[in-house]
Amino acid sequence: MNIKKIEERFFRVLMFCSTVIIATTLMLIIFSILYKGLPSVSWEMLTSTPKGGFYFGKGGGVLNAIIGSLYLSLGATFLAFLFGLPLALYMNVHLIKHQKLVNGIRFVLDLLWGVPSIVYGAFGFTIMIFFGIRASLLAGIITVTLFIIPIMVRGMDEVLKSVPRGLLESSLSLGSTQAETSYRVYLKQCIPGVITAILLSFGRAIGDAASILFTTGYTDYIPTSLNQPTATLPLAIFFQLSSPIVEVQNRAYASAVILVTIILIISILARVFSSKFHKNKINF
Amino acid sequence: MKFRRIQIGRHLRDKFHGSWMVISLVLVMSSPVFLFVGLSVKSWLLLEENSIFHLLLSKEWKPLSGQFGFYPFIISSVWVTVVALLISAPICLLTSIHLTQYAKKWVLKIMHPIIDILAGIPSVIYGVWGILVVVPAISNYVGPFLGKQVSGYSILAGAIVLSIMIIPFILNILIEIFRNIPTELSEASLSLGASKWQTIKFVLVKRAMPGIISALGLGMSRAFGETIAVLMVVGNVTKIPTGLFQPGYPLPALIANNYGEMLSIPLYDSALMLAALILFVVVMLFNFASRLVIIESEKHA
Repeated sequence: MNIKKIEERFFRVLMFCSTVIIATTLMLIIFSILYKGLPSVSWEMLTSTPKGGFYFGKGGGVLNAIIGSLYLSLGATFLAFLFGLPLALYMNVHLIKHQKLVNGIRFVLDLLWGVPSIVYGAFGFTIMIFFGIRASLLAGIITVTLFIIPIMVRGMDEVLKSVPRGLLESSLSLGSTQAETSYRVYLKQCIPGVITAILLSFGRAIGDAASILFTTGYTDYIPTSLNQPTATLPLAIFFQLSSPIVEVQNRAYASAVILVTIILIISILARVFSSKFHKNKINF
Repeated sequence: MKFRRIQIGRHLRDKFHGSWMVISLVLVMSSPVFLFVGLSVKSWLLLEENSIFHLLLSKEWKPLSGQFGFYPFIISSVWVTVVALLISAPICLLTSIHLTQYAKKWVLKIMHPIIDILAGIPSVIYGVWGILVVVPAISNYVGPFLGKQVSGYSILAGAIVLSIMIIPFILNILIEIFRNIPTELSEASLSLGASKWQTIKFVLVKRAMPGIISALGLGMSRAFGETIAVLMVVGNVTKIPTGLFQPGYPLPALIANNYGEMLSIPLYDSALMLAALILFVVVMLFNFASRLVIIESEKHA
């Protein structure tokens, strides 16, 4: 065998190995979390808030963090949707003749996507101080919204971009306004893709810890208004894990199982919707 | 009459939606400016008393006596980021070539969801995994193997966790770049008698070079700003690290760890906001350059 063949063989083995490494790492991560956390997951964990002595290993659960995380991410996703969808539609319907401008907007969104969440957290904190809001659900929602808007808009933009231009032209030539074209034609055409983008941003929102570290605070109670501090799952994991008591640490692992489960469900849903998108797509 | 009224309603609605869209556009587009101004205003108090070069190069971090030297944190950040990139770059490059050039359909079908899920796992979970697996592995196996007593909470642990976190991110960009290379190029090379591997080595990788470099740049800036996962495994000791097995204290960890006490010490909050500003500026510059290179190379394709 000549040296060229051996080289190719060698690299093919290396390439195969690195692919396997990536796949096994994911398995390893999920397996080790489940292995360590599943024994501590209990009905009480899921359905009760911390009771007295919770942080010394006594009874209670993390319902406050589960509900808090859901409130926070639902609020932020809703707010991001309120600005994100119009923006994505505007880029692809109204500005379709100004591709340079649209590319500029995409560029800025990509830059924003790259900003670390801790920077958003620090910025959220300065806004909080400026407006005199204390660490609360509201402050958290605003911060997380800033953080997920670029993700959501770029996700929607990717699908809206693929709508054939003929559809726009026929819709406009039949006399519909640009807004009607946006919401009744483009949005309808891309619904599954838009839902995927929303789900992915929701997943980002529920999993991020650095941006809410300054802004939401932490509490043992389920928040009843926007002005109250809120517990969240990532921070629950983080705080409980730094405790020296084994029972508390075990509950951190159990909370990690809960968070991973939520994330996996979201990513499966996203996958289902995005495959639907490919089925519905009109090809000109 | 009725028709007229419907017409007016439709156009009003169009106006409303149009202006809401413009408002959204302006708000989102101006947010980087807000971010920059907000953080700058906060860190101005500290910058008024100290020059930026002094802050960046001073080794003294004593908030109680008003000394804020970022040097140890910057060096830790650089260590963690560079080592993470050294681990993930070859893996990403090899895997992306494998997936785009050699892999069968079923491999792609398995790998796509795996990459997506890896990308979606929250950083706290990576941190938990680091504490469960990476840190003990370093202190029980890697350390003794090299004849060292180590705690495991180290630059190396942070870098390993980080490298796994940025793999899906870099990989997705690389796959995109390799897919965008016109097939005529490799066909021409193959028809001239080059082997598949030669074609990959001399044609594809060469062609993709700017894209590869900028993908790594994007991954690097992602690693630079990652907070919670690194914070959990890196040790957090204010000292300039000199080796892989020593603990470090990267910039994002500094911000996240001290938010509680920052309001009780004068200028402390200002110092942390300056740290956030440094992160923001560095990451923005890296992203800016990398994205520009990608766009330029796509133009030539």
